[in-house]
Amino acid sequence: MNWKMGKATREAFGQALAALGADYPDIVVVDGDVGNSTRTELFGKKYPERFFNVGIAESNMVGVAGGLASSGKRAWLSSFAAFVMCNAYDQLRMSIAFPNLDVKVVGTHAGISIGEDGPSQMGIEDVSLACSLPNFTVIVPADEVSMTAAVQAVAKIRTPVYLRAGRPNVPIVYPDGCSFEIGKAIPLREGSDVTVIANGLMVAAALQAAETLAGMGVQTRVLDMHTVKPLDDAAVLKAARETGKIVVAEEHLLHGGLGSVVAMSVARQHPVPMRFVGINDTFAESGTPEGLLQKYGLTADAIVQKVRELVGK
Amino acid sequence: MSASTAKANVEQLREKLRTIRKGIITSTTAAGSGHPTSSLSAAEMTTALFFAGFLRFDPKNPSWPQRDRFILSKGHAAPLLYAVMAEAGYFPASELNTLRKLGSPLEGHPNLRRLPGIEASTGSLGQGLSLGVGHALAVKLDRFDSNVFVLLGDGEVGEGQVWEAVMSAAKYKLDNLIAIVDQNGYQQTGATKEVLDLTPLAPKFEAFGWVSQEIEGNSLENCIAALQKAVQAKGSGKPQVIISKTVKGYPISHLLGNDPNHHGKPLTAEQATKVLEFLETTTA
Repeated sequence: MNWKMGKATREAFGQALAALGADYPDIVVVDGDVGNSTRTELFGKKYPERFFNVGIAESNMVGVAGGLASSGKRAWLSSFAAFVMCNAYDQLRMSIAFPNLDVKVVGTHAGISIGEDGPSQMGIEDVSLACSLPNFTVIVPADEVSMTAAVQAVAKIRTPVYLRAGRPNVPIVYPDGCSFEIGKAIPLREGSDVTVIANGLMVAAALQAAETLAGMGVQTRVLDMHTVKPLDDAAVLKAARETGKIVVAEEHLLHGGLGSVVAMSVARQHPVPMRFVGINDTFAESGTPEGLLQKYGLTADAIVQKVRELVGK
Repeated sequence: MSASTAKANVEQLREKLRTIRKGIITSTTAAGSGHPTSSLSAAEMTTALFFAGFLRFDPKNPSWPQRDRFILSKGHAAPLLYAVMAEAGYFPASELNTLRKLGSPLEGHPNLRRLPGIEASTGSLGQGLSLGVGHALAVKLDRFDSNVFVLLGDGEVGEGQVWEAVMSAAKYKLDNLIAIVDQNGYQQTGATKEVLDLTPLAPKFEAFGWVSQEIEGNSLENCIAALQKAVQAKGSGKPQVIISKTVKGYPISHLLGNDPNHHGKPLTAEQATKVLEFLETTTA
């Protein structure tokens, strides 16, 4: 397939947030001194009076955002997924989720595709943690187009959201725009033999895999399940009924991520054979993003392999 | 917009304090659990804050944007907050005896979604001051002259997040933020000096750019004077802290046996009867 390489989802996030500043004078942004990496600095440069860099202090960053939201602001905060979710989890739980405040939490540099910086910087458990926070909506966009749409969509709701962004540039899977709706999977390719449900950068890999599988005579449905919570149960049920087999692919630990959530939905609604592509209970290491995705099995080939296990080809 | 800013004279305040102390005892004894001694130590300060004209609030319009904020960071002192809110008219005092019962908005620790007027859901210690920083920034952005008061425990300041919040308040020159540390000297397993001694506290706040006062806090007059000084510091560009040295369980600790901490234990019905008689007449 001919991918047009696009921006990183973190870059698209930063640009979309800065663009929202004019429409929403009550948006405030809190940074934990990584604004040039998470790209919230784009907002900060435009609206310095509404941008608060509280330093390397994630717990306080989350609490400050909670206080701003309690006083009526639309608060956004951003850090590396690993730092905000793991360092400040109790604050997310007590100061945002429990009081159900309007705070948008954006975890960037998620997954292993950040590459050379290595495991300490890689958020590979963040989606699971976010899904374990009641009141939170959890969204993992695939490319710059859907990230922009996601930022605009979540800005409209007044409840907590976790939005996951990546470091590297990723292919554009929505060259013609994206009709993004929170909680609604986007069908990207029709197929009747098997469904691949993916999010984040695994959506492009799923489309690539579907192309390869078509050459083998396997017609693969591809769903972009950008919203992990609330899950689009209807799309999962439809896929289970109509294709009878499901592979889930994500750049995240297998425990507690999209695969777990989809499996629960399948088990409850319409059990069918499933396979899972994700990080298998391990930390990764330093390396190039491509090398890491290859080594840890987050590729189109890995998806093809799992599909072949299911369809017996 | 009207706010309850009427200043009660000290005699009226003393009567309110009496009612609040009794509310703490009766509600926790009725609940069979809770933290009466942690609540009592800060009763004078909270009474002064709410009823001596420092806190501008409106029970009929709890989310009035220009209100002052009070955040109970030491959330286990919820019985104090509820007794004060009942006295302030947020709900009938008869509801105090539903404390901690299924269906009651008076949960074991404050839950802002259940009870209008509660500014923050607390109970996991160390988080209230960060929320206070957020509120203080928000009201400054809105050009309101609202003040934000945060009541912390002295054991609670062992949480690193408190000091993250302290540093950020100084950075943003939040002279509308007033922290009160209820220094009752005890935490769950023993004396704060033995568990993790952070004294002297005032110089630590000062070192981070705050202005501090140290007072004997089981005195309405002392609390009023300290609050007065703190709110008058508006314009200084510096956040304010009052280190309020108190006695845990004041003024009934002598009736609780040989346990100066008596942490997280309600009084028995028998103890409560004696204590309520004492509270009825004490001038402390």
